[in-house]
Amino acid sequence: MDARLPRMLKDAAVTALVSLALGIFIVGFRTYDIGKGLTFDYQLVDLGIAIVTIFFGRLGLLLASTGLKWPAFALGVALGAIGASPLKLPSGFLHWFVVFAGIIIILRTIWPWVDETTSRANRSPTGVRAGHVAAKWFGAALLVAAVVLPLTPFADQQMMDLAVLILTYVMLGWGLNIVVGLAGLLDLGYVAFYAVGAYSYALLSTQYGLGFWTVLPLAGMMAATFGLVLGFPVLRLRGDYLAIVTMGFGEIIRLVILNWVDLTNGPAGIGSIPGPTLFGAVFAETAPAGHRTFAEMMGIPFNSNQRLIFLYYVILFLALVTNFFTQRVRRLPVGRAWEALREDETACRALGINPTNTKLTAFAVGAMFAGFAGSFFAAKQRFISPESFTFIESAIILAIVVLGGMGSQIGVVLAAVLLIGMPEWFRDLGAYRMVVFGLAMVLIMVFRPRGLVSHREPSLRLHPVHRRGSA
Amino acid sequence: MSATLIEVEHLTMRFGGLVAIDDVSFSARPREITAIIGPNGAGKTTVFNCITGFYKPTVGRLTLHGDRDYLLERMLGHEIGQRARVARTFQNIRLFPGMTALENLMVAQHNKLMRASGMSVFGLFGLKGFRKAEADAVEIARRWLERINLVADADRPAGELPYGAQRRLEIARAMCTEPRLLCLDEPAAGLNPRESAELNTLLVSIREQDGVGVLLIEHDMSVVMKISDRVVVLDYGRKIAEGAPAEVRENPAVIQAYLGTDDGDPDA
Repeated sequence: MDARLPRMLKDAAVTALVSLALGIFIVGFRTYDIGKGLTFDYQLVDLGIAIVTIFFGRLGLLLASTGLKWPAFALGVALGAIGASPLKLPSGFLHWFVVFAGIIIILRTIWPWVDETTSRANRSPTGVRAGHVAAKWFGAALLVAAVVLPLTPFADQQMMDLAVLILTYVMLGWGLNIVVGLAGLLDLGYVAFYAVGAYSYALLSTQYGLGFWTVLPLAGMMAATFGLVLGFPVLRLRGDYLAIVTMGFGEIIRLVILNWVDLTNGPAGIGSIPGPTLFGAVFAETAPAGHRTFAEMMGIPFNSNQRLIFLYYVILFLALVTNFFTQRVRRLPVGRAWEALREDETACRALGINPTNTKLTAFAVGAMFAGFAGSFFAAKQRFISPESFTFIESAIILAIVVLGGMGSQIGVVLAAVLLIGMPEWFRDLGAYRMVVFGLAMVLIMVFRPRGLVSHREPSLRLHPVHRRGSA
Repeated sequence: MSATLIEVEHLTMRFGGLVAIDDVSFSARPREITAIIGPNGAGKTTVFNCITGFYKPTVGRLTLHGDRDYLLERMLGHEIGQRARVARTFQNIRLFPGMTALENLMVAQHNKLMRASGMSVFGLFGLKGFRKAEADAVEIARRWLERINLVADADRPAGELPYGAQRRLEIARAMCTEPRLLCLDEPAAGLNPRESAELNTLLVSIREQDGVGVLLIEHDMSVVMKISDRVVVLDYGRKIAEGAPAEVRENPAVIQAYLGTDDGDPDA
């Protein structure tokens, strides 16, 4: 029996009481529409279970923070087991809630150990080398998994749809990573270039009948041009001011698209955009005149999944191009200048680096990749309207970059899987899935304040890691 | 070419009603260390900021004699580093803290490497010319790391290095731009006597081996008197003395500026 236990119990009881006061009207009563008015029903059992979970959850966190690891761990496992058990709790959400409480306690318990081990490993040369090898293999494994995913039995339509969506955000994240992560320019209007790419493809394909692969570079160039034009006046601003102005430009582009009805068809959007082709073969049941379908070309029966799998490989290819480019350019003088600019602009100027040109290249290159992603988006959706390019998109892409760890390529992948995948996986939580989304963000910021992957690999080393350095 | 490296003529800098520098003229020669000294607030750093393009002087002409004459007051901040090849360090260290020591020295060779990489196009495809240029740049950086005794720490982030090492690294970074004139703003500030002596050796080697002219702002008189060839003394934005260190030390106006008179400001 620990002398601190009564204090902890009291603290947990107070927490439960506060939750009760907050929750009684929100969870305790539920209104129903009965035709001629509203009536309400009691949900006191739900409330009770939630309060008990909060009590034990708080107790577990307190135990963990006072160093009583094993009781805390046991409590976490118990909560997790109850939540995951076939026990019939009144709602599915409560199951999740209890499981989460258990997971959080377990994480809190093992966190100090994980933290210490990793930081110790980072300080020893063997640890650094091991980390290197692990990172390399992890990246390779992820790549292989991504390539074979459509061939596995999990690849039903829902899965492929989600995978395409995640990869689109991975690509956007990698593109924005150049601007925000490397060059340190906080861009809140990144979606504007995505929109430019999407409308470039939509208009050029529906009006002039150009194909996806012809338009792709044009759309990239178009977006890069917009990046240069917008960047020129705003890039002399720094920090928060730059963020606000880029956000404004993002909105301006959307409003122009919304109101320039002659060109963009305004809020009604542009429909029946042709999808990408493979060596001229289209992915549809029947081909338009002058084309043949993919199924005919290969001599296999038509399957609607073929289109989705093809789209998946297209976006995988585009995303990998973005990644390859970024990895490569980081090792070039211009990439190093971007990072130097993020670190100290004044020092850059003193070293004879032209800050305006350097920032403009980062902005334009980032915009170009958004343009590529935009034209893919238009080709995938076959219908685009200004609603797809609201500020929230910019915010999500930025969140992916920041939560992933500024400048980290693999971090962007993890964050995109988490932030885009999670709201989809937790669809059965209904409106609560946004709570999970918010919770995940808070947890990342609490436990990994510098992003999921905060390690920065130098662009070149004097003493390579795989050999023993001279020191 | 004339024997002067930089000529500062009638330099005046006003901030609103405040006259930070008032009609200062001096010159510095190549392969010499010219120290600028003076009490706090005398305008020393302002002179540097005018020379390196961070401020536009209100009045005056700054001429750097290189392959041709550069009028520094008409050039943009980064052009002074790029074309006239004036490099500087800062009073409060301004390294790129998240980047490694080696990367700091590579960034300093940006303009040369940028040309070699064909504005990134050749570099992107890893062409041989660029790979060669990069290897050369790494070699230059490695030689500098040897001179400042930081080879073992080459792959550590600059922000993690000890203070004295950061000071030396900042000087090496400025030297990697292959400057004609190196402007050092209080390089010995915060160094212990041993580090300060090492710094003297480094600065002398920069003068002797690399043949670069050095402008030096320094409070530490042991550094100034030992290594500088000429000393310019500023007080309240005016030049009050100029000459060899020994002469300046005996100059009554300088003694007065540093020690104050009975009715003067005693806090210097």
